[in-house]
Amino acid sequence: MRADNSLRQGGFVLWQRVEALFDAVFGAGSNPLRHLGALGFYFVWIALVTGIYLFIVLDTGIEDIHTSIEYYTHEQWWLGGILRSLHRYSADALVLVMLLHLVREFLYGRYHGFRWYSWVTGVPALWLVYASGIGGYWLVWDQLGLFSAIASAEWFDWLPIFSDPATRNFLPGVLNDRFFSLLVFLHIGIPLFLLLALWVHIQRVSQADVFPARALALGSLVMLLALSLIKPTVSHGKADLSVVPSVLHIDWYYLFMHPLMYLTSPAALWAMAGLFTLLLLALPLLPRPKPQPIAVVNPPNCNGCRRCFADCPYGAIAMLPHPDKPGHELARVLPELCASCGICAGACPSSTPFRSVDRLVTGIDMPQQPVGALREEMEHRIAALAGPVKIAVFGCDCAAEAKQLEDSATVVFSLMCTGLLPPSFVEYALRGGADGVLVTGCREGSCAFRFGTRWTEERLTRRREPHLRPTVPGERLRLAWADSHEMSHLKAALDDFREHLQSLGAGEKRLPPYTPRRIAHHG
Amino acid sequence: MVSKSPTNPAVLVAQALFYGLFAVIIAIFSTWPDYTHLDPDRALIKLSFSYHGEFVTECRDRTPEELAKLAPNMRAAKVCPRERSPITVKIDLDGQPLWEGVATPAGLSKDGASTLYKRFEVPAGEHLVSVKMNDNVRVQGFNLVKEEKMSLKPAQILVVDVRKDHGGIFFE
Repeated sequence: MRADNSLRQGGFVLWQRVEALFDAVFGAGSNPLRHLGALGFYFVWIALVTGIYLFIVLDTGIEDIHTSIEYYTHEQWWLGGILRSLHRYSADALVLVMLLHLVREFLYGRYHGFRWYSWVTGVPALWLVYASGIGGYWLVWDQLGLFSAIASAEWFDWLPIFSDPATRNFLPGVLNDRFFSLLVFLHIGIPLFLLLALWVHIQRVSQADVFPARALALGSLVMLLALSLIKPTVSHGKADLSVVPSVLHIDWYYLFMHPLMYLTSPAALWAMAGLFTLLLLALPLLPRPKPQPIAVVNPPNCNGCRRCFADCPYGAIAMLPHPDKPGHELARVLPELCASCGICAGACPSSTPFRSVDRLVTGIDMPQQPVGALREEMEHRIAALAGPVKIAVFGCDCAAEAKQLEDSATVVFSLMCTGLLPPSFVEYALRGGADGVLVTGCREGSCAFRFGTRWTEERLTRRREPHLRPTVPGERLRLAWADSHEMSHLKAALDDFREHLQSLGAGEKRLPPYTPRRIAHHG
Repeated sequence: MVSKSPTNPAVLVAQALFYGLFAVIIAIFSTWPDYTHLDPDRALIKLSFSYHGEFVTECRDRTPEELAKLAPNMRAAKVCPRERSPITVKIDLDGQPLWEGVATPAGLSKDGASTLYKRFEVPAGEHLVSVKMNDNVRVQGFNLVKEEKMSLKPAQILVVDVRKDHGGIFFE
């Protein structure tokens, strides 16, 4: 096993355990660890909105900038002071969630294959966050801002890009009001570039998670407000170009690179920053498992319903005019975007096993796990089950290993993603001899393909098309989400479900058996 | 099993604890630990200039042969090479060498300003600061010299610069 893989696997298990703990407290939908990207966007918006007010009241004169900030920090603490603190702490929180987001996506292995684009485009966004934040410190023009400005200038002076050292701008008598006007434009312009970079970053995911759930948004805002009231942001003394700022209450989220530079050298800091960036950019190039075959559209079975188009988590399906049927559409898979998850096959209405055709071919399918093969396997294996309570389990290759549940009374079908499961297969299993169906997969937010868990749950609870038919008794269906480290949780869920089915009795809430016509005709 | 309902008091308390932990992590590293950029008993000397050295060679008259080789509209009588001298710098503190080096002129033709920026942390107190420069390769030794006893307070910055309109090297 390669070093990066073993490191990743160890961290992955640990991370999933922490996520499960947070699930217990927040619920998956509001679990901050599962929505770090959305939280990042949220903190950017808080910083932008509070920044509008701070820009309005800021006086950009060299003599007045510090005074104006001191005024609204202390005299107008109830508005300007709180907004300044919110601005600062949301920016700090942004760095925190951004770095956690980076670590999480790395641990989940989401940096190669079709995901290379989102990974690579995240790298410049990371540096733009730092550029935006560091520029903000200069604007305050206190001793910390002066220190940061000089340290940044000394760092950039190492590059042969300035005819005059940028540091000379901070010698006594050189600065004027225009410098601060420039800073204001930079502190507005760079965050706008950041927004553009974030927009690019999420281009290859559909229905991007860019706003946290209401409870999480509210909780985070209250937390930042409380922090702003308890520990308001204050400035250092006014910048003085004739004095070296000595002891500084530094914001380590943004300004850690300055002490690092003075501890080493500007060249060393450039080397570290360059190596870190190159490492991030090179990760998608590392050897990885062979890509899986992508989804294939079967035009005669595609009616252009758009469900696969709506459910694809990566926007890998386009709807094109049907070449032979005017006014109709036909799905088309975009190979470079397809994640080979099979969620589209689960969304296709043609994927119903009740079709009487001998060979079930659906509108969009996965060559490595076709829906028709799943139907055949299911028919044979459910028929072979023995015991008082027969259970069919639909699992996911990426989640807890459902295959371990197999015994004479339990059959397991492990799918590439639970989202590949057409809801009608649940009914088909129940009518085919199973006393109950257990559907499992990754917890929401852990799904390797983003929406496999969510769409499956919504389809089976009849909130999303294609939905489970109302005639299917809910008592004989159980959903139990379990990540790869939660095998014991899954086993307990199965035992509990078996007990529940035993308590129901053989005939209670049971669907009548279904004999496929093709079997009746030929068998 | 504990209900995950948002109104469950245990869940609310646990959420408050996690939000509190998040706030504490933000607050702590937002201002702590302090960073000591310069020890309290130290001062800083910044040696910095952006200065055009003298031309490496003086203007000279073109010979008739040279003029004849040029196009009629290019036959200027004098030719003035653009290359400027590098600036050789030596700075001593209390008679001890602090730094010595050369700032080369910018530009492909070496016709731009020579620039330099160096920072030296020194103990606060009284010092004899001696700065010598040579801005002309046609002159032997240092043709620009400034030596002065300076009293540096803790955290004070002493800028050493050179400008022709300031009469050469100056301390600020």
